[in-house]
Amino acid sequence: MIRIGAVYVLAGLVFAAFAVLSAVDRNNSKRFGNAVFWGLVATSFLAGDLLGDLGNGVLVLGLALIAGFGLLGRGQPATTSPEERQALAERFGGKLFVPALVLPVVVIFGVLVLKPIELAGAPLLDPKQATLISLALAAVVATATGLILLRQPLMSPLQEGRRLMDTVGWAALLPQMLAALGAVFALAGVGDLIGRLVTSHIPMDARLTAVAVYCLGMAGFTVIMGNAFAAFPVMTAGIGLPILIRGFGGDPAVVASIGMLSGFCGTLMTPLAANFNLVPAALLELPDRYAVIKAQIPTALPLLVANVVLMYVLAF
Amino acid sequence: MLTLLGVAAVVVGFAVRLNPLLVVVIAAFVTGLAAGMTPVAVLEAFGKAFNESRLITVAYLVLPMVGVVERAGIQEQAKKLMLRLRGVSVGPLLIAYLLFRQGTSALGLTSIAGQTQSIRPIVAPMAEGAVESHGGTLDDAERQRVKAMAAATDNVGLFFGEDIFVAIGSILLMVGFLATAGITLDPIHLSLWAIPTAIVAFLLHAARLLLFDRARRRGAAA
Repeated sequence: MIRIGAVYVLAGLVFAAFAVLSAVDRNNSKRFGNAVFWGLVATSFLAGDLLGDLGNGVLVLGLALIAGFGLLGRGQPATTSPEERQALAERFGGKLFVPALVLPVVVIFGVLVLKPIELAGAPLLDPKQATLISLALAAVVATATGLILLRQPLMSPLQEGRRLMDTVGWAALLPQMLAALGAVFALAGVGDLIGRLVTSHIPMDARLTAVAVYCLGMAGFTVIMGNAFAAFPVMTAGIGLPILIRGFGGDPAVVASIGMLSGFCGTLMTPLAANFNLVPAALLELPDRYAVIKAQIPTALPLLVANVVLMYVLAF
Repeated sequence: MLTLLGVAAVVVGFAVRLNPLLVVVIAAFVTGLAAGMTPVAVLEAFGKAFNESRLITVAYLVLPMVGVVERAGIQEQAKKLMLRLRGVSVGPLLIAYLLFRQGTSALGLTSIAGQTQSIRPIVAPMAEGAVESHGGTLDDAERQRVKAMAAATDNVGLFFGEDIFVAIGSILLMVGFLATAGITLDPIHLSLWAIPTAIVAFLLHAARLLLFDRARRRGAAA
């Protein structure tokens, strides 16, 4: 059975290559900062389970210090010039989209065809991680397709990958760090405390008030925690369940579903949902770190109001 | 109450734009220490959770493919495609992508598109090309707005599509949580009740995209 561990090894090797290529990149004045940073990420993927909890903690501390003290630069691997790219685009035309299309096709193939396959009674792919394993497989196949079809140099996936990785920079690790912070918050009982504060200070005798507090609370709590999954148990235990479902007799499916989607409105508005909001800004090389959030707020706020109305109308 | 200091550290740290990785580590220590943990215990808890969350960072495995096609000119080709498709302006282009993203997410196919593999190499350049082919000029601020809108469209499509699929994490979380409270629900009901919000999300964002489009053209005419 192919497990997620195989994917971690692949990721570890790719990050290790980024680290080595960074170390020898004389065009980057901070090349050793980059080399150590991506080297630590590679270590985490290759040996994270052997480091122990404290070892992993020290590794994370290292990542944060390198980023925090501005020791990360941007590598400058040799690449094609804008003029060359125009000429290549002219030459290859629609072929250029093939690798990008191979990626989703292989993901779907993995999920629909490979996932159900069993070898000697064991599934071929770990069923819990089938999508991610398929994605890793698809990344390899699509890269190979690009190399062959577009006749690119053999080192280009690693060099160009490193260029993009440096473009994202420290933001690449922020989602994983925030997930870890969420775990510390949970240990310290932060969620329950905020939930108690909300429920004990706002009177919710009227149905509309209770619906509004639940939906806005889901969104607000998600903004603070960066994740609707963290907000849902707290807000639903505090308001959704005792007041909306048991008190006013609301339909649990409607309350839960629209409550969660109210949380998603919060996800659109918070820098703590880094993989959706900050990483794309880095990836698109936007000077304003919060540009994507700013583009989303005018959709998120009216949608939140719509959720309050929908829950009020549909749940009772 | 002291436990909330960690939350405050996050809010302040992000507001003053301190490096977010540093903010996160500081917030973890503030929270843990306020809750009576030792510094070593905090570091251990943080390291353990970091190691268990490696899944999240695996997504960057698509970068080498994106880099290869960019090196061969995919962004230029995407832009050129829109110059040829003169009839399609930025509003309808992004609405079509929104529909695609929301529809495929609703079928559980959340990984077939995304910020890294779709928005950066293809959709954002197409959006830029669509604005330019309709007489819009793109200064830096304007280019940033168009790219950010393309990224936002991917998120809106993903978030308000995925919850219609039965086997997605959030649905399973809801079913599990309600089960502990003695309420047994068929996941399909949670999926179905995600549809009204999905429709409103589509209409709202599509309307914004049309207004966005019109504003770009008014800028072009002026």
